[in-house]
Amino acid sequence: MTVITAPLVRRMFRAEGLLRARELAIVIAILVVFVATTINNHAFAEAHSVQQLLTGASLIALLAVGETLVIVTRNVDLSVGSVVGLSAYVVGDVFVHHPHTPAFVGFLLGTAIGAVVGAINGLITTIARVPSLVVTLASLYIVRGIDARIVNGKRIDPVNVPHAFTEVGYKTVLGIPYLAIIVAVIVFVVGYAMRTFRSSRDLYAIGSNPEAATLAGVPAGRRVVSAFTISGALAGFGGALFLAEFATVDATGGTGYELSVIAAVVVGGVAIFGGSGTVLGAALGAVLLNTINQALVASRISSFWNQAVAGALLLAAIAFDRWVGLRVNRRMQTAEGAHRDV
Amino acid sequence: MPAVHDLAEPRLVLEQATKSFGSVRALVDGSVTLYPGEVHALLGENGAGKSTLVKILAGVHQADSGRMLLGGEPVSFTSPADSRAAGVSIIYQEPTLFPDLTVAENIFVGRQPRKRGRRIDQARMRRGALDAFARLGVHLDPNRPARGLSVADQQIVEIAKAISFNANVIVMDEPTAALTTVEVARLFDVTRALREQGAAVLFISHRLEEVFAICQRVTVMRDGKFVRTAPIDELTVDDIIRAMVGRDLDELFPKTPTEAADVALEVSNLSRAGVFDDVSFTVRRGEIVALAGLVGAGRTEVARAAFGIDRRDAGEVRVAGTALPNGSPRAAMAAGVAFVPEDRRQQGLVMDMGIDHNVALPSLSRLRRGGLIRRSAERRLANDWAGRLQLRYGRMSSPVSTLSGGNQQKVVLAKWLARTPTVLIIDEPTRGIDVGTKAEVHRLLDRLVADGVAVLMISSELPEVLGMADRVLVLREGKLVAELSRAEATEDSIMRAATGQAAGVAS
Repeated sequence: MTVITAPLVRRMFRAEGLLRARELAIVIAILVVFVATTINNHAFAEAHSVQQLLTGASLIALLAVGETLVIVTRNVDLSVGSVVGLSAYVVGDVFVHHPHTPAFVGFLLGTAIGAVVGAINGLITTIARVPSLVVTLASLYIVRGIDARIVNGKRIDPVNVPHAFTEVGYKTVLGIPYLAIIVAVIVFVVGYAMRTFRSSRDLYAIGSNPEAATLAGVPAGRRVVSAFTISGALAGFGGALFLAEFATVDATGGTGYELSVIAAVVVGGVAIFGGSGTVLGAALGAVLLNTINQALVASRISSFWNQAVAGALLLAAIAFDRWVGLRVNRRMQTAEGAHRDV
Repeated sequence: MPAVHDLAEPRLVLEQATKSFGSVRALVDGSVTLYPGEVHALLGENGAGKSTLVKILAGVHQADSGRMLLGGEPVSFTSPADSRAAGVSIIYQEPTLFPDLTVAENIFVGRQPRKRGRRIDQARMRRGALDAFARLGVHLDPNRPARGLSVADQQIVEIAKAISFNANVIVMDEPTAALTTVEVARLFDVTRALREQGAAVLFISHRLEEVFAICQRVTVMRDGKFVRTAPIDELTVDDIIRAMVGRDLDELFPKTPTEAADVALEVSNLSRAGVFDDVSFTVRRGEIVALAGLVGAGRTEVARAAFGIDRRDAGEVRVAGTALPNGSPRAAMAAGVAFVPEDRRQQGLVMDMGIDHNVALPSLSRLRRGGLIRRSAERRLANDWAGRLQLRYGRMSSPVSTLSGGNQQKVVLAKWLARTPTVLIIDEPTRGIDVGTKAEVHRLLDRLVADGVAVLMISSELPEVLGMADRVLVLREGKLVAELSRAEATEDSIMRAATGQAAGVAS
């Protein structure tokens, strides 16, 4: 893949023009931040620092994948942070009570917990026709409440988490953290699926024009439930990864993640009202936000700016989308005016 | 094409279909017979039951009684999917595409061709789209997103979708309402191609000249009932209108001569960079001045700038001698100007709000006491105007989106007339409304000028311009190129000025 011919590049840009441009823009932004910070502080480019960059972004990027599926259908899933917390603690609790549980069972269990919550979110949203903003806001609190009940003031300590499990959180291959590899594989698999299968194209159709989707015979309800279920499952899996990464969790694990995830998704170019955007963009959005956070730390800038910068970036992303939209509109209008008469 | 339907079996027969919604009988006798290879017009005023009939064919509604035969076999559609599977496709006036998906995906959504591993076969999908476009004789890039396609192109996409389904009954529900002449011509080419390929096309339009141009047979409905079906060459425009309204429409444009009085609106040297340039005219009380010109000539833009929606770069607007500040519709309203925009759904009405709220909206300051709006006054105002304009509605509080196009336009008119304006700017007063309501609107305008209102009317329909206007101003590419008196204005002189073919009339 080293030789990219000009026509191929042109075709790529034409095919998914603005989206591709968006992903490229994020990659460039990441590189700019990275290089600028490295000039100030050479330690920023050292291996362990880069590893930290990738690990730090992995979890949010993973959740952003699921969130993209949901947002593309013109819905939103606010419960992902709570699901991470619940899944992480329950998996940890199983290890406490059954120390010999194999590591993969922990991951499966976490994923299953998330999938159940996601399916419930999706079913309530589609059957009761309640806006998902409300449904998942409710499940954000309910799941956190259940979590708090189960945790009951205790916490999981590193000694209770099997070694085979925490390995996933810190080991590396060729210097690349496992965590980042796992998430990257998921990003590419889901990203490929989102382009390639009827069911995933249906998600875009639903978000783009819900009524037309129903008229076209798209099983909208089923698809939305699937999107929520996958988002939940990825969040549940993310909970297990959370435990693997930090080896400790209490009742607050994953609190507030939902907002970081949505920020990453929007910065990554997924339209907040559905219909467009890619999983890759969302994941890159997560990497960009994390890189900026770490860059501010490395530049010894007050952590207050972390959030301010994230906010500014969100506004910039939305302004960019709006600007592109206006330009497209204007081009359409002049093109239209040209061939109209009477 | 005399005998085509004598030889062939009818493709689709709908017989005495009825449909009621609660106590409203929308369809009393819905009957129509379509033969392969014909374009069949379905005509009737708004509310005649055409839409209900179409929705029964579409499977959106189910008839309460009556029967439907498709290729001789009785059928009943319980969903749009049923209807489509049976080969019936509906092309709506405003197609509902997926703006974010590509044109090809829009055609094949939910049934994309697949290759091994259930993966979408992009190449085959593109070819399928190109095939459909080739059969229709049009060029569209299947890879571009649907966002930004003109309404005409969106319809083409819908038609391509229909033929990719092998639909052999194609219903076009007022497809030309939002189209330009060139686009209509292309749609007709496409429709002829469909006809030649043996499809039965049901064509709904308010524009009779289009019906005469493309259709072979006509079915007229009135008050939910079938009136008659006849070959087009056995009918005249008068026959059709009489069948539609059930009476003679003596005068479609009943402009009565009025005495123009003082200047109410004076626009001098109005310019907006790149849009229009140095436009000057006056409108007197008691006269209708029409702004004519091709689409894109800047007619709407001049009106918007005069009303203050868009800022002007130079020039002056005076109402009864007082200059209006730049870019302030509020000031224009306060000075007695009302503006009825061309797009009532987007600009004229708040679609989800009730009829009464919509009517009262520009008059709220008058309906206030101590800073609070009096609901009863709002009601009274709306009832008053609904009566005067003979608005047909269910409940005052139901959203205006539930009204027919003609009645929506009446609500827009009511909302502005309730302010008793001295200057009325009205953009496309009768676009997309039926013949009967059209005549009502014209009569209303006539009454307004008789009462001394100054009317500035923009219209793309030349008969309307010629019938209603005391003077015609013609714009071409943002410049005022001709001012024609009622006597001078003819279809020919206006078109010559609008297209820039000199020949004597241009100023």
